Amino acid sequence: MKKQHLSKKEVEHVAWLAHIELSDEEKTLFTEQFNEILEYFKKIDETNTQNVEPTYNVLDLTNVSRKDETKPSLPTKEALRNAPKKEKKFFKAPRIV
Amino acid sequence: MPKLHELTAKQTIQKIQDNEVTAQECVQAVFETIHKLEDKINAYVTLVEEEALNKAKEIDRKISDGKPVGKLAGVAIAVKDAICTQGILTTCSSRMLQNFVPPYDAEVIERIKREDGIIIGKTNMDEFAMGSSTETSYFGPTRNPWDTSRVPGGSSGGSAACIATNEATLALGTDTGGSIRCPASYCSVVGLKPTYGLVSRYGLIAYANSLEQIGPMTKDVYDCALFLSVIAGHDSKDGTSVNVEPKDYTKCLKNNAKGLKIGVPKEFFGEGTNEAVEKQVWNAIHKLEERGASHEETSLPNLEHSLATYYIIAMSEASSNLARYDGLRYGYRVDKDDGDWATVYSKNRRDGFGAEVRRRIILGTYALSAGYYNKYYLKALKVRTLIRENFTEAFKKFDVLIGPTMPFPPFKIGEKIQDPLALYMSDVDTVSTNLAGLPAISVPCGFTDGLPIGMQITAPPLREDLTLQAAYTFEQNTDYKTKKPAIN
Repeated sequence: MKKQHLSKKEVEHVAWLAHIELSDEEKTLFTEQFNEILEYFKKIDETNTQNVEPTYNVLDLTNVSRKDETKPSLPTKEALRNAPKKEKKFFKAPRIV
Repeated sequence: MPKLHELTAKQTIQKIQDNEVTAQECVQAVFETIHKLEDKINAYVTLVEEEALNKAKEIDRKISDGKPVGKLAGVAIAVKDAICTQGILTTCSSRMLQNFVPPYDAEVIERIKREDGIIIGKTNMDEFAMGSSTETSYFGPTRNPWDTSRVPGGSSGGSAACIATNEATLALGTDTGGSIRCPASYCSVVGLKPTYGLVSRYGLIAYANSLEQIGPMTKDVYDCALFLSVIAGHDSKDGTSVNVEPKDYTKCLKNNAKGLKIGVPKEFFGEGTNEAVEKQVWNAIHKLEERGASHEETSLPNLEHSLATYYIIAMSEASSNLARYDGLRYGYRVDKDDGDWATVYSKNRRDGFGAEVRRRIILGTYALSAGYYNKYYLKALKVRTLIRENFTEAFKKFDVLIGPTMPFPPFKIGEKIQDPLALYMSDVDTVSTNLAGLPAISVPCGFTDGLPIGMQITAPPLREDLTLQAAYTFEQNTDYKTKKPAIN
């Protein structure tokens, strides 16, 4: 019996956090696959990372900024061009509350 | 005499400038090849034939008027469908972006246009660049030109295949964990992943932003150097763009490896490495020694952890980067808005994303969630530091590190796609350079049973010149460059 890192119930919860609906069949399949992948990820537990700083980014750049100047931006029509649903000058969103 | 579509970019540019041929004839020859082969290869998602021919005419007019033209004048260029092209469909091979037409050009596209390169189409890829076989595309897999029952590698499979079949003269790929080098190796073309930050990512649809780079995929090393010279350079629109002087990389191409110190890490020849692959790569190392290089076997012990480290980081970044796809401002949206916003978003993302993309987003979300952040994400970032330190240490002693690009030759379509972990394993030799942000090139170095093998040459940050020169020297002293798939 392989070690269970993640239950089907947990997969359901994380998928909800990620805003992805899953079918019941897929929940079962993903749970199985995730457990296999997480078992492989365990490999890095072997490394000693005491006093090791994390690398978020390989560059030594920090706080890259530019002058706060006004530049031409996308016209409304262009910005709305790819919206699946729109009304007048707005994106049309589903019900929020 | 090679036919027009068979020419390299260098040859094409020369012939056009010498008035031997027109840009229009060159572009036409490439499109004829596309129409002949696309049914068998499926390298493209979108073609823009009319626009390309008009652009070619414009260049021909400039030349006949005696006006100056750019460095890529008249060259037919294919662009991976993860890179935004103004007014041209950009799908990332996903249902989510099936109808997305970017209102702006990526920085690399602007640079190509400035040099009179001609965009001919957008190439097929693994959905959102997540894969190593181009099988996860919403538009069906691309096929390997050397054996159409096999994968072309991925995720830039379309870009590699169209170079191998002369369906384009130059191509752009993107590389997050090997996505340029893997298909370059599997299709027997040249592919370079530049140093992180050398090429602007502005307009590249993000998957794992701390790892990915845009890079050239070409018929030979000269074209690779030429194309890199055009796309590399500082861009204030990308906050991670490195400010270095523009460079003509073709100037560093010398047929000589005198004094080149090659390190051969044993981790690049790990368990599961195909024997024929191992043998060909060693032959290639010895070939470089004949031209003055020397080699020493070495070890970068933390590379053993690079695959797990890479996947944890890439999935975590993906879960964050792909959160933008809610079907509101662009992208797939279900017809009925029944339910609140969270329900509608979850349905858009269920139907808009394929299985592998959903898997990576969900696992990435898990790795970043409270209680698991330290165990997975933070731990992986620390191991990333150790991997980087291994490279830094190795480059005190060696100019370049060499190994196979892929541990085994191209596999059958469908062979690994049901088993995600098995497919991840094929990236074992490529991901470490992304974690460390290093430049690495894949150059064709032989065949086994008619299937291509690639050699990977990795160098210290911003030393693309070293990878290019070593690859060039190898290419000049072997004839793999002249081998083309029978499908041509």
